[in-house]
Amino acid sequence: MSILVNKDTKLLVQGITGKEGQFHTRACVEYGTNVVAGVTPGKGGQKMDEIPVFNTVKDAVKTTGADASMIFVPPPFAADAIMEATDAEVPLIVCITEGIPVMDMMKVKNYIKGKPVRLIGPNCPGIITPGECKIGIMPAVIHKPGKIGVVSRSGTLTYEAVHALTLAGLGQTTCIGIGGDPVNGTNFIDCLSRFKDDPATKGIVMIGEIGGSAEEEAADYIKVNVKKPVVGFIAGLTAPPGRRMGHAGAIISGNSGTGQSKVAAMKANGISVCENLAYLKDVCQETFANV
Amino acid sequence: MKIHEYQAKELFRKHNVAVPDGGPAFTVEEAKALAEKLGSFPVVVKAQIHAGGRGKGGGVKVAKNMAEFEKYASEILGMTLVTKQTGPEGRLVKKLLVEQGLNIAKELYLSILPDRATAKMVIMASEAGGMDIEEVAEATPEKIIKVYVDPMAGLQAYHLRDAAFGLNIPAAAQKAFMGLLKNLFNFCVSYDCSMVEINPLVLTAENNVLALDAKVDFDSNALYRHKDVVEYRDLDEEDPNEVEASKFGLNYIQLGSGNVGNMVNGAGLAMATMDCINLAGGNPVNFLDVGGGASAEQIENGFRILQSDPEVKAILINIFGGILRCDRLANGVVQAAEKVGLRVPVIIRMEGTNLAEGKKILADSGLDLINAADLKDAAEKLKAAIQ
Repeated sequence: MSILVNKDTKLLVQGITGKEGQFHTRACVEYGTNVVAGVTPGKGGQKMDEIPVFNTVKDAVKTTGADASMIFVPPPFAADAIMEATDAEVPLIVCITEGIPVMDMMKVKNYIKGKPVRLIGPNCPGIITPGECKIGIMPAVIHKPGKIGVVSRSGTLTYEAVHALTLAGLGQTTCIGIGGDPVNGTNFIDCLSRFKDDPATKGIVMIGEIGGSAEEEAADYIKVNVKKPVVGFIAGLTAPPGRRMGHAGAIISGNSGTGQSKVAAMKANGISVCENLAYLKDVCQETFANV
Repeated sequence: MKIHEYQAKELFRKHNVAVPDGGPAFTVEEAKALAEKLGSFPVVVKAQIHAGGRGKGGGVKVAKNMAEFEKYASEILGMTLVTKQTGPEGRLVKKLLVEQGLNIAKELYLSILPDRATAKMVIMASEAGGMDIEEVAEATPEKIIKVYVDPMAGLQAYHLRDAAFGLNIPAAAQKAFMGLLKNLFNFCVSYDCSMVEINPLVLTAENNVLALDAKVDFDSNALYRHKDVVEYRDLDEEDPNEVEASKFGLNYIQLGSGNVGNMVNGAGLAMATMDCINLAGGNPVNFLDVGGGASAEQIENGFRILQSDPEVKAILINIFGGILRCDRLANGVVQAAEKVGLRVPVIIRMEGTNLAEGKKILADSGLDLINAADLKDAAEKLKAAIQ
């Protein structure tokens, strides 16, 4: 079992003919993802490798029955791409694009509310169910089917967690990068509630970072709802206030959004906090010893 | 991207947000000419730096006459202003703002920003103006009113009324207040501001409402559609290493004093690496995310910038190869080391795509680079290098 994506997922790629789009679409196909369509306005009727390209998302969905979209559209046009996929009622929209203006994402977030779609990202590595379906830019080789769910705000830190779990022989059910932007489509709790209900997922690794209060809210949620063991990690305990640490959302504003407050919330709610990334594998082995 | 108060006020004027008469000066002579033009005292002299807390640091003075004005202007221009936001090293004052003093009846706080939790715009206001809003929020949260605006529906009249009545604005000043708030809100949204803050916003004895201070921060991701704002960038206010790194598209942040430089791919991993350095007994000097598609040239320049800092005693390179393959990273480091030399011990931890090829390139280079098996090993080797 897994959450959100599996071997039956039919993927379309918005921005499939761009450099990034082509490169990563090929990597997804190579992994075994069923890529059924691409969308690039003005290039409808062409093919990218063997994949048919359409002018609009609606055309692509109508013809191929795609039920997930991966977006590689540049930042100025990405909000438009997400809303187009929303209107075509693509159930799962994964936006990889980094650098979308916050004002655009606020509109998107309000626009998709109540509609039958789920947005993952933007500014994220994507989602993967090892051995079944990869939608995103993560290096496939480090993943291994298994029993731990991973949810993270950071790309390379997701890879660290996945690598640690693979080395520990635990493997992963599904790994989701929710992205480093201040306004995103899917939050920790959305993922945690699905991992909680997924019988194959026996434990969860949650990777957060400074900025906002999503980790604190997730920790509260875990205490009440999640009986499975959870390992937590927070990046940026040494980050100074008032500076954006690479990710648009990674900023300590005044006294809020500090790593210390997140670590404290995790500890207070029964999460096994790994305080040094170098020991992530050890903490996972210990916490998930009996799963 | 931050701008100066005088630049923010220029934009405010353009968007019909009232500000006191005045303008920027780069010399004492210019400042005097401006004060003369204003025609009456008091006149305010304000240091222009990209940091708050200027008043407490002695960077804002009110002059009652020309002699006082000249004294204050000469003192402030060229001073190294230390505030709680500049750090102990302070900031050199190169510009002044000269403004008409006002007949202030009441000071208020007003800010507008996108709220990440609700994905709405939030107007925050308080009658406790002129104070540190963080402190107000801590001590008396009930004194802060928040009005949320749906970005799809936009600003409505009742939002303005909520703010005006919430702040107990006297009837005679309500129209002016609501007009200012409406214009400020529209400015904030149309210019993709990540924050607009006026502290204090003042009510004058004549029932005028003006922005006595102005702090504006722009969403860097949206600067492509605001070319006029990009012109306001002041490189003097930025760290020279950050300016240098930005020329090569590197995401670099100088952290102040430290002894360990680091180069990482990915923002989250870069922060976690800083934390690792700290736990290993070192002090990270910087944050550097070379990104997923770093070129050999970018890696070379990042390496050069890290080595140029005399405080740096060791460098830790931590790469989890995904899109950025280990062999490409290794080539970049070897090229850089051959060009600029190895001044300090360099510890490299690599993992992921093309790891074996990357390790071979480093080994074949004949350079004295310290290879770490994993992050634990890297921390141990770093500890040894800085002792």
